Amino acid sequence: MSAAPLAARVWQQGRYETLAMLRNGEQLVLMLVLPLIAIIGLTVTPFLDGLGASRIDIAAPGVLALCTLSVGFTGQGIATGFDRRYGVLRFLSTTPLGRAGLIAGKVIAVLVVFALQVVVIGGVALALGWRPSLPGALLGLVLLALGAAVFTALGLLIAGTARPEATLAVTNLVWILFGAFGGIALPSTRLPSQIAGIVAFLPSGALGDAARAAFLHGALDIPAAVVLVAWGAVAGLAAVRWFKWN
Amino acid sequence: MLRTGTPCLEIEGLIHDVGPIAAEAGRMKRVLAGVDLAAYPGQVTVLLGVNGAGKTTTLECAQGLRRRTGGTIRLLGEDPQTANAELRSRVGVMLQDGGLPPSARPLALLQHVAGMYRNPLPVADLAERLGLHEFAGTTIRRLSGGQKQRVALAAALVGRPDVVFLDEPSAGLDPQSRQVVFDLIADLRAQGLGIILTTHLLDDAERLADWVAILDRGHIVAEGTVAELLGTETTTARRLTLRAPAALDLAEAFSGTEPVSISETPAGHYTIDGELSTAHLAALARWLDARRIMPSSLELGRRSLEDVFLDIAEASAQEELAGTGRKSA
Repeated sequence: MSAAPLAARVWQQGRYETLAMLRNGEQLVLMLVLPLIAIIGLTVTPFLDGLGASRIDIAAPGVLALCTLSVGFTGQGIATGFDRRYGVLRFLSTTPLGRAGLIAGKVIAVLVVFALQVVVIGGVALALGWRPSLPGALLGLVLLALGAAVFTALGLLIAGTARPEATLAVTNLVWILFGAFGGIALPSTRLPSQIAGIVAFLPSGALGDAARAAFLHGALDIPAAVVLVAWGAVAGLAAVRWFKWN
Repeated sequence: MLRTGTPCLEIEGLIHDVGPIAAEAGRMKRVLAGVDLAAYPGQVTVLLGVNGAGKTTTLECAQGLRRRTGGTIRLLGEDPQTANAELRSRVGVMLQDGGLPPSARPLALLQHVAGMYRNPLPVADLAERLGLHEFAGTTIRRLSGGQKQRVALAAALVGRPDVVFLDEPSAGLDPQSRQVVFDLIADLRAQGLGIILTTHLLDDAERLADWVAILDRGHIVAEGTVAELLGTETTTARRLTLRAPAALDLAEAFSGTEPVSISETPAGHYTIDGELSTAHLAALARWLDARRIMPSSLELGRRSLEDVFLDIAEASAQEELAGTGRKSA
């Protein structure tokens, strides 16, 4: 027995990946600074007026959903794309960690960073007057974790099939497009009518809708959850099928 | 060289196809066309070949990084393609491009990799041995090629492997690092590790190898100990090289001795091959003395591995040419 136990290997990798994300300046901007700007922006502007009791009630679930897009899709997409370019994925997969351990480490890193985002962004939202119900918040957090998994699968799919420069460009562009027009932070009712109909079928719109239904009403938005699970299944299978390690 | 007992790596009939290649009408390209190779514990097995011969592909199949198209591979008795963590913990890998994250610092990275093993080598000792302390605080991105190589070697060794794969370990090394790395490889060999390394540098192979396999266009075209490949055990062939003024008629000097072959490329660089004896040396010295010609250098040696390699590569290329000629006829 010369390999460290499985749990120790995965935890080691998760910790390493988490620190790598937190030490990267651009990643921090993406994961914390931009969502902070979004939540403050949406509470001091009238974009969300008339949708709920207060602006922050609508803004907070959407911005938390945006956080999962930051960490899972853009953050892990870029990090994995460059790790692949530099052969880091190949090297680590020859150690006892292996490919499955490598993926598990990334999932841990995404969840830990997301937990940090929930503390920081959620804390700011509470300070701005957000008061979600406990059952709604629990359901919402489960759905957000599901969203993080879906976006991570999508990020890995792109990172594993495109050049890292292309991954960088695509994941940043998609972050902006989804963030502005994807129904994630701004509900589809506030979007131009031409796109309002399709955003419910995007992972961004589905997660935004599901998170708002949970945090606002303690309700499970079943169509949105189904769309989200479908995206996750397709992206996960596609990533397993097409991800190139070298 | 004793090649008995249980090999730590056994490759039989390894075939690897890549593609489909768009530029070749969507055909598959055969990179490895039936490679056979065995490596033993306590020996350095060198896979030698020019760039593109298939060295890295062979290693990647043996490491389980690539799915093979055909053939069998046993690494420490198991199929690397379905390697579990236990098998991976006994195999160290140094990739050609390093595989190191550019933003990491060497010792922190080694500490991280060490965490994957139950009983790793102390990172500080390994760093000391490979001289990593001098740049311990620098990110890998800023290291020189040779420094990165040393970090990658340390990462391959930190788990106390039984077998190590080193893909071009001396690439980019300055002479001093090269000595450090070669000494370390010799130590690992003495400790009983099976070492499989690739190189396109014949000098490396001559200095390190217990067994050399020459790979050319996906085939092993020759293998043996360095002495066997050089033929030094079976022949007394020697080579005399000298530098002197151009266009000397050296054939005249050897007119009274056993026949030799003489070539002059480039001008003023003479190579004399044959079953050379003291009579040849005396004849040459007399001839030069009579003409008051002092060579700027004069060296007696054997054929080098490079000569063997070039002969084999040429023969193999001609065979291929003859083969394609037949096909198109």
